[in-house]
Amino acid sequence: MPFPLDLHALGTPLTYTIFLIIGIGFGFMLEQAGFGRSTKLAAQFYFKDFAMFKVMFTAVITAMVLIYGSVAIGILDFRAVFVPGTYLWPIAIGAFILGVGFLIGGLCPGTSIAGAATLKIDAMVFLGGVVIGVFVFGETVPYFMDFWTTSDLGRLTIPDWLDLPAGLVVLFVLVAALFMFWGAEKLGKMTTGDDPADAPKARYVGAGILVLMAVAILLIGDPTTEDYWDAIAAEEQPLIDNREVQIHPGELLELMNDGYKNLILVDVRDQRDYNQFHLRAANQVAPTADAVEDAAPDLIGLDPRTVIVTMSNDEQDATTAWKSLTANNVINVYILEGGINGWLDIFGEDADPKPVNYPDELAFTFTSAIGGRCVASDPDAHEFHLVFEPKVKIAAAGAVVGGGCG
Amino acid sequence: MTIKPWGPSVHKGKAPNPRPFPNSYLVGVGLGVVLFLSVLITGDGLGASGAVQRVWAWFESLIVPHHVDTNIYLVKYAGGEAQPLNHWIVMLAIGVVIGGFISGFIGRRVYTEIVKGPLISNKTRLLFAMLGGSLVGFGARFARGCTSSQGLSGSALLSVGSWLFMMMFFAGALVAAPFFKKLWND
Repeated sequence: MPFPLDLHALGTPLTYTIFLIIGIGFGFMLEQAGFGRSTKLAAQFYFKDFAMFKVMFTAVITAMVLIYGSVAIGILDFRAVFVPGTYLWPIAIGAFILGVGFLIGGLCPGTSIAGAATLKIDAMVFLGGVVIGVFVFGETVPYFMDFWTTSDLGRLTIPDWLDLPAGLVVLFVLVAALFMFWGAEKLGKMTTGDDPADAPKARYVGAGILVLMAVAILLIGDPTTEDYWDAIAAEEQPLIDNREVQIHPGELLELMNDGYKNLILVDVRDQRDYNQFHLRAANQVAPTADAVEDAAPDLIGLDPRTVIVTMSNDEQDATTAWKSLTANNVINVYILEGGINGWLDIFGEDADPKPVNYPDELAFTFTSAIGGRCVASDPDAHEFHLVFEPKVKIAAAGAVVGGGCG
Repeated sequence: MTIKPWGPSVHKGKAPNPRPFPNSYLVGVGLGVVLFLSVLITGDGLGASGAVQRVWAWFESLIVPHHVDTNIYLVKYAGGEAQPLNHWIVMLAIGVVIGGFISGFIGRRVYTEIVKGPLISNKTRLLFAMLGGSLVGFGARFARGCTSSQGLSGSALLSVGSWLFMMMFFAGALVAAPFFKKLWND
């Protein structure tokens, strides 16, 4: 997925030039919309001018369809896009205050900058007011920091929240917006006398194109872990083939006793095998594609010293899990070489070997389900002197560059 | 709409003769494409209030650096060695000034003017512009974004918080509208 671009790699001057050009486009469109004029914006709330409503929601649905369309065809990695965090109460209260201020002042921060650029004195004064508001907020927020950070739902999109395909939500929002435009035009005919029949017919063509694109997004479906893996397979598959991510049990033992690195063990065997025997600190994740996928978000954004090791009885399921986690942007993931069987070969003094009949089967029997209560679950590093080639390298974190309105 | 010129104009030698604004849907598509390109290329949407915050934090740290360093909120913008102006959103805001000017110039709309409803004086308009701006600045930081970032960008990304923002923003403006009729109507 080529987009978004890696801005760190582009360097500051080029990055800032890009933002400057985007800003020019933004300012141009705001002024073209008439948003530099407070009277035009305020007239929306007396239903005398529908420009604000139409421009804003046309921009929202156009960008929405193009963004989710790019995600669907695989050119944009949505996980690297900054989505403003959802803090329910602070957003609800802040937006209400902003709405009242908008009605009184007739502008918002972006439009007041565009208005000031065309020498509108009221826009300049408004911008001065924004500075005062920002100042007051900065000075008072330490006193209500607890409230300001309350009800934090994190990065939450409507498709994630309702667990619906993004295409379905896109289509629904689009149809709802078109319906509201139709209503706004009917209402506008009564309040302003503008007859919708006189408006350009091209708007129907535009609406039709957007609906077709939304249907296409729904039909293509959301990107899956397989899609994400396909996008990185050329780079990542060689790591598996060259055995660069399969770490020796001796290296894992060393990691288990390393006070500097954080170790997370992901045991992708079924409950029965896990109960028979597992490493003491191991987290069991069912060996299904869904379960591993669902575990990925919890393994992202951790301390950069974190090392994650997947393990199955042999290596098959652990390798599948490695691919899934890596495709879902989890970094510093390794596989236990030889799996639990290899581990027990070295450390499992009390375990009885048994023949295996199918791949990735536990090759030992236990007299009872000992789980993690066994010497081999957490061997004493001083008793073993194993020779291995260390493979763990801590990769630098940092895929998401976003910072929003920061 | 009657235009009352106030002071000089960049369109020299002519009385203000602004061109009409283009079709709103057309401009909406243009704005949507700009927003899409921003997200596609940079992974970030559009924003504005963050730039005001950064310029102010920079200014405040020039005057009272110790105060900024001990303010739990301001310190992340301008604490210690932090360079509040060294951020993409400041470049974006500079672009908005340039783009707004270009558009206004093409539309013959660049001239000094106090845009206001016909029933109020210039002084009243500027007083309420200041008051409204203060509420907007405070509300935008409270909501972690303004109409550009939360409203426009977040909504296009289908963020739950952004759609809540949109609803509460329109609610706030609609609730206030009857009380301030005189500001905007004739």
